[in-house]
Parts: sequence; C-alpha cells; structure tokens
Amino acid sequence: MSAAALEAREVSVSLGGCRVLKGVSLSIEKGAFVSIIGPNGAGKTTLIRALNGIVDLNGGSVQVMGQALSTYRRRDLAKIMSYVPQADGRHFPFTVFEFVLLGRYPYMSPFSPATKEDRAVAHAALERTGTDHLGERSIGTLSGGERRQVFIAAALAQGASILLLDEPTAFLDYRHRVEVAALLERLNRDEGATIVSVTHDIDEQVLTCNRVVAIKDGIVVFNNEPTGLLEPGVLEGIYDTPFRHVHDPGSRVPVVLPSSARL
Amino acid sequence: MSGRSILACLALFAVISIVSMPFIGMEAVPLDAVLHPDAGTESTIFWHIRVPRVLTAFAAGTALGVCGMAFQAIFRNPLATPFTLGVSSGASLGAAIALQLGLTGSFLGIPGTSAFAFLGALLCIGVIYGLTRLKEGFSTATMLLAGVAMSFFISSVIMFMQYTADYYDSFRLLRWLMGGLGEVGFSEFLNVLPFAVLGALSMIYFSNELNLLTTGDDLAMSRGVDVLRTKKLLFLSTSITVGGVVAECGPIGFVGMMAPHICRLLIGPDHRLLGPATCLFGGAFLAVCDTFARTVMAPAQLPVGVVTAFLGGPFFLWLLLSGSAERHFP
Repeated sequence: MSAAALEAREVSVSLGGCRVLKGVSLSIEKGAFVSIIGPNGAGKTTLIRALNGIVDLNGGSVQVMGQALSTYRRRDLAKIMSYVPQADGRHFPFTVFEFVLLGRYPYMSPFSPATKEDRAVAHAALERTGTDHLGERSIGTLSGGERRQVFIAAALAQGASILLLDEPTAFLDYRHRVEVAALLERLNRDEGATIVSVTHDIDEQVLTCNRVVAIKDGIVVFNNEPTGLLEPGVLEGIYDTPFRHVHDPGSRVPVVLPSSARL
Repeated sequence: MSGRSILACLALFAVISIVSMPFIGMEAVPLDAVLHPDAGTESTIFWHIRVPRVLTAFAAGTALGVCGMAFQAIFRNPLATPFTLGVSSGASLGAAIALQLGLTGSFLGIPGTSAFAFLGALLCIGVIYGLTRLKEGFSTATMLLAGVAMSFFISSVIMFMQYTADYYDSFRLLRWLMGGLGEVGFSEFLNVLPFAVLGALSMIYFSNELNLLTTGDDLAMSRGVDVLRTKKLLFLSTSITVGGVVAECGPIGFVGMMAPHICRLLIGPDHRLLGPATCLFGGAFLAVCDTFARTVMAPAQLPVGVVTAFLGGPFFLWLLLSGSAERHFP
C-alpha cells in the first residue's frame, strides 16, 4: 500500500448550527479496507459525506489521491470515488438497469444516449453483484437486500476505485449480509478497490479488515488495526456499555457481544 | 411498445393537432382558402387568426410542460410545478403591475408586460432561493413550502391591486389572470416561441442531470452532478421560460402538472425520453384545449385557463386517489 487514497486533515463540519465533526484527521491507503464504527449520532455518516464532498467543510481539508478535494470537478471526482448511501425509503420509478446506467453519468454528455460501452459496464456491474436477474424490475419493488446490492452495482458502474458505503449491511437478513460482505471483500481483494465502510455492528468484517476508525462525539477515538478493539476497555470506551468476547472455534476472530446479551 | 415508438406516436399526435386544429371553429374553412392564403375572409381567419393561435398554444404548452417536468424532478415531488412554487404568481404580479401602470408599450422590442412578468418570476424565485439559503441545510421541502407561502402572499397583493383598481383595469387584470390566447397573432407567437425553445432545449440538455436529481441530492452529487450549479441554471431557465409565457398568455394552469405526469405514465421516468415526450404532448394538449375553449361556447370564447383547470382539477384528484403519484414518482 503506497500513497494515501484519502486523507482528512482536521475536518470540521457543522450541520444546522451543531458541530458534528470536530477536527477529524485520518489517512486511508490505496487498496485498504477501512471500517468506520461508533455510536449513533457520532458523525460517521457526516464523515463519509465530507470525504465525498457532499457536505461543506467548516474547517480542515480533504485530499483525494493526493489532490485537494475542493479542486476536483464533481464529474472527475465521481470517476475516482463512489458512494452508497443508506437506502432512503423513497422509491424512484426507474428499472434496476436504468438506475445502474445512471452510474455512468460522469462519462455521458448531453444530447447523446448511453454508449454500448456504458451499457456493457452497467450489465457487468449487475453481474458482479449477482443482481443481473433483476434488470427489468422497478427499484420500488425490490426487497431491502436486493436494493442494497443494486445500489452497490450502480456505484460500481461509476468505475471508481474508492468505494464509500454507509451501513451496507444494516437491516439485511443473514443471507444478504453474507453476500454483501463477501462482495465487498472480493472487490477489495481481487480488484484492489479501496473500501471505506460505515457500520455500528462489530462483526467479523470489522474485526478482519485492515483498519478500524472509531468516531465518538465528532472526534476520532480509535484508529488502529482491528485487533486493538479487543483490548480490555476499548469497546467500552467507544460505546459506553460493557462487552464480552465469545471465542468461536469456527471463526477467525472472537464474537463481540454487549455484556447483557445472553448466548 | 418501445420508448422510441411511443415518441413517434406523440410526434404524430402533435403534428395532427397542429394541422387539424385550425380547421375547427365557427367558420368552416374550405381547403381552397387554405391553399390560397390571400383569398378572402376564410383564408384570413385560417392563416392570420387560427394558425398563429394554435402555434402559440402549442409553444406555450411545450414550455409550461417541460418546466413542470423539471420542477417535479428537482423537488422529487409530483405536485411541484412553476405554479406551486410561486414562479407564475411572481410573473402575474409583474404583469399586473405593468398593466396597472400602463406600461404595455415595448422597450427594445420586448413588450412591457413580458419584461415585468419575467422580472416578477425571477424576483420570486430569487427571494425563495435566498430565503432557503439563509438557513443552513435547507431541504427542498422547505423550499416548496416557502414557494407556497410566497404564492399566497403574491395572490393577496394581486387581489389588493385589483380591489383598489378602477372597474376597467380590474376587469382587464381579471381577464388576464384567467389565462388565454384570445388576441393572438403571429407577433405574439414569435414572442412566445423563443421562450418555448429555451425551455425545451435546456430541459433536454439537462436530462441526465434531471434523472439523477430524482434519486436525491446526495446520490446525484456522488455520481458527478454539480447539484447547486445545475439547480441554479434550471431555476433560471424555468423562470425565464415561465415568465415569457405567462406574460403573453397569462397564468395557464395545470399543463405544467398534467403533461409530465401523463407522459411519465406513457413512456417512463427517463428524462432523455420524457423531455421530448412532454414537449410534444404539452404542446398538443394545450392546442386542443384552446380549440375547445374557443369553440365550446362560440361565438363567446372561454379563457383557455378555464378549460385546462376544468380538466386538470379532476385529474389532480384522480392522481391523488389512485396512488399513481407514489408509484410513478419518488
């Protein structure tokens, strides 16, 4: 891993008069898989929106591939970095294929239809996410899990090497969780994608990724390899609740549970 | 049917409406009079009264239709139109002030009412935009509400002007506010045409951006759309377009809401097809409505605004009740 794909320096963001991020600095290497964890309302979503230039910074700066974020044209940025937001409940009436094709926007020009290449890339994105059978369905008719996969497919169609995801596995059933987790791992390992994934679940993916960044009250409280999370008192400090570790012989890493949970 | 064949059908519908509507009216026009443009009363009625009127209606319908389509995409709301956002009330106020002050002459070739209506539309959208920018993190819902409030405010100003005006001015204003194409000739058509062309071209130019705006600002931005700049340009071009049309024809309601909805049902949500479809359908729809307006009570002529709203009101209710507003729109 060479130069940083993403670098935040003292990033501050206020939303509606409330300081959500208070000087966040972090550096994400090319090809890394980074998990961003933290309690609800800690500023995780705001952080990845700031990394993608969707919210304005009140202070600090973000560098993307060694170049200041503010100097990019949005179109050029989109070719480098894509974003999978938390699914909002609103449906739009596009079919899955039409929606994924919209991911080709940075390569399209006004008055011209999508090229053969655009369509081929969109088809490939559907195949890579295992959603090619959904192509003609309307987005509104998909299940939560299918929709998440389609959103990832649309982000892939953008052809970016940095992928920002907001809660990619939240509210999914077991099979879809496993599928999405495996997809992200494959993209990272086989295609060299840099993945930044926000989650508040300390699952196996978090405990096996390259690095974990924990945000609490708008500041970075942990930024290290995931094994560091298993040190006594670390998770407790992040979430203000006792945890215990359960050793599962079938897994590479222990299972982390809040203490009150029963097995 | 594929999108392209639906578009071809709409084009055919548009051509048929433009060609056939001038033949409909109190006076029957024989084909002979049409072929000899300077041959008597009938050909004058056909070429100098009906043809420009149908063409003006078509241009106005196109302009109002695509502007409605753009607003529905920007606000991700099926009920958003230049009317709900107060753009056309702004234009109406401008035109009302011009009428009241007697500034109906033209400066630099631009009719006074047009210039004032245009300024009113721009001012109105500027105020709403400014208001929502004052507050951090404004949502499009805030903007829509601000627009509705603004629209009511301006309506009351117009009503006040009307109340205090003398009988003649008040009637003229009322008649203008109903929207109509009563006294239209080729020069009026040429006044509306550039605005319709501007509206149609800019919405077709921005069709990729409109597609992405319907998926939400965050997603549009992450896909590479300069959302703030795009919205500013769209607001500017819709204000100019609506201002120009309202100045000439008065505030003709419901075309802006209905035409894009019907086209979305026919051809789907992709603005690259929806834009041209709305241009064709909006134009043809208003041309037909206007023909209806001038013939149904002939020799009296209804203002076309009465006809579009008469058809539009029930459609609006049907849209709300049938649930197609949710199915076909974010």
